[in-house]
Parts: sequence; C-alpha cells; structure tokens
Amino acid sequence: MTDHPAEHAAWGEPDSTTAPAATAPVTPADAADAARLVAFGLQPKLQPARDQEYGELLRRYREDPPFARLADAVATGLGLVVLEVSPRAGMAVTAAEDSLFAVRMGDYARRAATDSTDRFLHGLAHLAVAALAFPRPEDLADDGYIGRVTVNGVDAFVRQACHRLEERAEEQGENTDPATDAPGLEAAWRIWARRSSTGATKDARRLAGSTTGIVAKAVAFLTDSGFLQRTGDDSGGTYRTTARYQLQVRDMAGSAAMAELLDLGVVPVTDGSATLLPPEDTDDLELAADAGLPFHS
Amino acid sequence: MTSPAVTDTAPPQLSAGPRPAQGPAADEGLARRLRALACTAPLHDLDVRKANLAGEYTVYAMAEVALSAIDLVTLNMDFDTGADHEQIVARLLPRVAAQAPRRPAAEHERVARWVLENLINVGSVDRGFRAVYGTFAPDGTYVRRDYDFKLLEEVPGYGGGVYLRTTDEAVNVLVGALDTDVTSAQIAAEVKLEVLINRGRLADAQLAAEQARYRTVQYAETLRKALDATRRNVRAVDWLRAVPDMIAEALDHVADRYRHENAILTNIRKARDESEDPEQKRRAAELVDIVKDCIRRHTQLQSRLLEAGPLFRAEQDRQAFAAPTARAGLDLYGQLLAPLLPLPAERATRVTDAFFARGTGLRTPVSVRVGDLVDLLLTPPVEREHLGAEMPEPDLIATPDDSRFSEEQLASAMDLLDLPSDAPRRLSGLLAEARLHDPELPYLVALLAVHAASPPVGTAYRQGEEKLLFAVDDGTELDDEEFGGADLIVGTALLDAAGMAADRTEAA
Repeated sequence: MTDHPAEHAAWGEPDSTTAPAATAPVTPADAADAARLVAFGLQPKLQPARDQEYGELLRRYREDPPFARLADAVATGLGLVVLEVSPRAGMAVTAAEDSLFAVRMGDYARRAATDSTDRFLHGLAHLAVAALAFPRPEDLADDGYIGRVTVNGVDAFVRQACHRLEERAEEQGENTDPATDAPGLEAAWRIWARRSSTGATKDARRLAGSTTGIVAKAVAFLTDSGFLQRTGDDSGGTYRTTARYQLQVRDMAGSAAMAELLDLGVVPVTDGSATLLPPEDTDDLELAADAGLPFHS
Repeated sequence: MTSPAVTDTAPPQLSAGPRPAQGPAADEGLARRLRALACTAPLHDLDVRKANLAGEYTVYAMAEVALSAIDLVTLNMDFDTGADHEQIVARLLPRVAAQAPRRPAAEHERVARWVLENLINVGSVDRGFRAVYGTFAPDGTYVRRDYDFKLLEEVPGYGGGVYLRTTDEAVNVLVGALDTDVTSAQIAAEVKLEVLINRGRLADAQLAAEQARYRTVQYAETLRKALDATRRNVRAVDWLRAVPDMIAEALDHVADRYRHENAILTNIRKARDESEDPEQKRRAAELVDIVKDCIRRHTQLQSRLLEAGPLFRAEQDRQAFAAPTARAGLDLYGQLLAPLLPLPAERATRVTDAFFARGTGLRTPVSVRVGDLVDLLLTPPVEREHLGAEMPEPDLIATPDDSRFSEEQLASAMDLLDLPSDAPRRLSGLLAEARLHDPELPYLVALLAVHAASPPVGTAYRQGEEKLLFAVDDGTELDDEEFGGADLIVGTALLDAAGMAADRTEAA
C-alpha cells in the first residue's frame, strides 16, 4: 500500500536495479499490466470483487513490489494520486491538482462559474455531505464505517447549524444584514439560510437552484465518482458511503480545506474527540446526568 | 417579476438631525420597524403591479387575496409538512370569485396562482424578497443594509412533494403579533372564548377560536423544530433539563387544552342545537369544526411527544456506548463546517473551493472526433422512457460482526448483576468491581443498569420470570472517572411467578 507521494518519486529509478535479484526486469507486458490497473482505477464505480482481472492485478500490486512501483509511476505520470490499493477500495486514485482528470467548478455547475453565491453553495453542499456522512471524527478514522446521508437530511442539518448562528447573533443583538455594496462580507450561513430549500417547478422536477437541488446535484455527482451508492428514494434520496469516499475526504479534501481555513487565520480548537457541537455549557466528556431517564426531574 | 427594493427612496429622518448617531438602541428599534415595514411591501406591490398584467385586473384586491392566502397557509400547516399548493389555490377561489363574479373561472384561478407565486417570489433565485434600509454603525457612519426575508416558503414533504409554510416574519407581521408567550396567550384566548359562548356572541367567539388555533399551530411548530434537532444529534440537545422540561410542559399543555376544548365543544354543540336563528346555527357549526381541528392537532402533538423518549434512548445506546476512537480523525463538522459558517462569504468560499477541488474525485475527460460528432448530431433524439429510470442493481456487502462486547463479557456482567434480592447495590460499587475484571466491562454494566431503570415488567410477567433486575435513581450523583449521571441503586426484585401464572390463566 502506498500512501506517500514521496514514494512516487521512486519511479525515476530503473526498477531492474532496485528490485531483488530474483525478479525479472520490467518488461513492456508489465508496463501494460500496470497501466491497465490504473485504467481500472479510473473507473471508480467498478468493484474489484466483480472483475476477475482487476482482482488479480490488485493482488499482483500487493505481492510484487516492483510492479507496485511501476503502477504508482504510471499513475503519477498521468497526474493521479494513489490513495490506497486494497481489495475493498480497489486502485483508489484521485486527480492531482491541475491534472487532466480534475473536476473544475465551472464544468460542474455553469452558474457557479459566474455567480459567487452559487459557487459557495455548491462547495458548501459537498462539505456538508461529507460532514453528515462522517459525523464524528471516529467515523472518518474507522475503515469499516459506512455513513448514510439523505438529501433532505443534509439540507436540514446545514439549516439547523445556520439557525443556531442566527439565534446567537440575535442574542448578542448583532445586525447580520449585510451592507448593500459589499455582498462578499455577508456571513456565509446567511447565504444558505436565505436560499429556499425547495420549490415547485412546472415539470415536477427538483428546483435546481434550491438548496435541496444543490445537495441532490452534489450527491449525484459523488455517486458518479464512485463515492456514494444510492440506496433509496426516501427523504429526497438516501445514499451510503464507499471506502473511496472516506479515503478521499480523509486524505485529500479534509486536510486541504483545513489548511485553507488555517491560512485564513481561523484556528478551530477542539479536543479531537468532540463531534457535532454539544451545548456550550456542558462538560463534553461526561454522559449527561439522568441520561437514560429523560423524564425524571 | 420584480423584487421590491423599497426603502431606497426614504432615508430615515434621524439623519436630518444635527447629531446623526442616536445611539445603538434607538437605531436598533428603527431598524426593527423598518424590517417589519418591509415585510408588508410585497403585498402593496401586488396592487401596484396588477395594472401591468395583460388583462383588466384592477377589479381584484390583490393585497386582500394575498393576506387571506397567508392566513390559509398558516391554518393548513400540518405538523409534518405544510400546506398543499393546490389546496390553497382552491380555497382562495371563492374570495377571488366574489371580487369579480362575472369574470370566467379560469381568470379567477389565474389571479389566485399569480398572487401565490408572487408571495413565494418565484422569479428570484432565492425565492424571497430583499429590502434595503439604512442604519448607523457604532462609529457613526451610515450603512445601507440588505434585509432578506420570505413570506411563504416551500419545504420538501414526504414523497418528494413540495409544501408551503408561512415564515416567522409573515406570522409575526401579517397574521398578528404572535411571538408572545404562547401558553399565556392561549389561556387568555380560551377564557375569552368560553365567556363569549356563554353570552351567545358567536361571531366574536369564532374569531377567538381562530386565534386560539393559530397559537396551537405555532406551539406545534416550535416543538417540531426541537424534536428535529434531537433526532439529528443527541449531544447537541440539552436532554438534562431543557428538553425534558419542554416535553413535560407540552404534555401538560396538551392534557389541559384537551379537557378545556372538550368542555367548549359541549357548550357550542348545545348552542348549535338550541339556537333558532339560522345564522347563529351556521356559526356554531363552524365553531365546532374549528375546535375539533384544535383537538386533532393536540392529539397529533401528543403522539409526537411520547415518541421522543424512546427515540432518545435508542440514539443514546448507539452513540454513547460505541467503541472508543482507535485514532483521532478530522472532525468535519466541529473543525471545518462550524468555524466556516460565520466567516464572510468571500473567505468561506476559499475553504469550500479547496474542499470541492479535492473532494469530488476525478472525471475522465471526453475526447471528441469530428466523425463521432457528425454521427451524434445526426442521430434522432431518443424517445423518452415512460417507465422511469432503471433500477440499480444493489451491491450487497456482508456486514462485519461489530458487536461491542463478547459473550464472555456479557456472562461476567450478568454474574456481577446477579444480586441477592435483599441486598441491592450502588452502581458505583458495581462499576469499580467490574473494572477489576476487565477495563471494558464497566461500559456493559452501565448499559445494563441504565436499561434496568426501565425494567421490562410486562415481558417478565408474560414469561413468568421469577426475578427482575431493576435500577432506581435516588438523586445521588455518580462519582466515577468514566461515567456521569445518577448513582443508581441496582437490585433484584423477586416476582410472584405462581401468582402471575394464575392471573394469566384467569385472564385467558
């Protein structure tokens, strides 16, 4: 299993010299196999368990280090980052920054390219889906965890968070209405809160510009990326996470967004165990007293 | 379709004075009133814009239709969803028709729909309104601000339907000042209603009853929001005091109102049956319907309240007794989403952009050949499928055995809890003893003890058990390094198995 991009630097070394003497030098056939494995990785919805050749190549990757390095090299050369190679996730590769395979916001949603509000809403929808799919730090860290999200659930969850901020601002007597000539200074939560959550349309489809429409677009896109699997139609659509999504969020997206946040000078302080915000005044590490007996005085 | 920008023309009078900054308090009050004023603007705007519609629509009083639409939505808001579009249009029609009886019915419907769509403001991307008003910042500078609000909002309902709800702004400004203390206002209304009925003044009584129903709806709405939050995350809600208090209060309220309204119902029925005047009879019959609706809403509320406790306990089991963290992960909500939301949009977008760029995965780019393009453009469009999308084949994954505790642990915990009936023990002692055996065991013991607080008496009775584990809270705080809460007294109750068996045979 290769996690470190640094290791990919090894691709420059000729494999024949570093490989143990017992293994044969790399042949064009090996290179073809390595490239085929990467090609399998580029089809994120393909399950290793369903394709015999894929499964065999994966086994070869894990058992044959020179082959593994070759496959890593092919991936790196194509502008891909290898997240994990395992039977559960397959050859989990993702696009490196500025790679040919990277998804651009403008291609993702046309309005988002020109409208900064829509751009933010689409980005936030993706973050919220991840936050609800992995509500606690343990869930993101636990390889066996399978998260479940619904479209309406994600919207309600963000609205709840926004509502809490609104209440807090009201308590402090703050006027959160933004100045007319500086829309960029409007607090982020207000943008989600003021967008309608759904809307009737003439052809009974979901209103694309509503927040549930935006979340639905995000989960549909993630499903195409092999990150979610649709399990039902309740609550606007229910979805289950895959191993690849967990890897992507944990190793790529989470840390990148975190770095950006720190760059803005915002240092979120948590004790590493806290989950969705508990009420401010309770001791987080303790079970609530009378917790099993909510009706006792 | 225009979104009314109202106050651009009217700067507040304060700015004309010699000392512009009047102190934040005066200005805040002004801002509040300006915002309240802004909420009425869309209604006035309807009457202004009706002249621009194709056709002769000046005969309709649009603001009146709009206000009654808001009333209808408020009244028809259900506990779970909201009011149905079509139903609201249908109920608006009689009023619209009364305004211009000679016009065709199709036009009436057009007017009703036009008003409803404008209250939602279908044309704007937010489906809301924006008004601009000015305030003085603490440093004395004059700042123009945007106030965004909605009157009717569309919410998702069951089965993908879209329903209407009135927003707090609309209820507060347009339905009446309802943000008073719900309970006391309700009591006042009920008393008034009773007095009015006794005096036979049914017209006023109907008004009072309708007001009482508005309050009932609002009470239900408050509770729905609180329960929703509970469902989402146990720890985000204060189950120590706030929620139990609220539930107890609401249950009292329901019990109280239910009694009260049944009494009123009897009264009105009497008025209805005894009255000679047909108008009186009709009003009384309407009142019966309103009060019946109130009672229905209370029953609905009550069943929700009773579900809250079990729901909390199930979530508590799932969340609090799960295995501890193997390694620290990133807390997506606490460390990313929550700190991001209060930021200015411009800066927050940088973070969401970073997440988006690396969190969406990859797309294999499509390369186009001219040959394919020609084929593609010349292919006739595919007929729309009427059967809907193909069902995706489910990917089945064997669920791993994720039991937190082993059979042996359960056995030793049961051993520990096998207490003699005359010697109950404190939970703290049991936990300490369990800890000596196995560091994991206290969790299982605590879980079993908490469950014993609500012992399955009915099951034990049916199965003829001879003893039953129970736990009682006598108010002592638990002093433990891992657990908090009440130091329960755990004991075994001996049951009269023979007597119960006899009872059962008798009952059968």
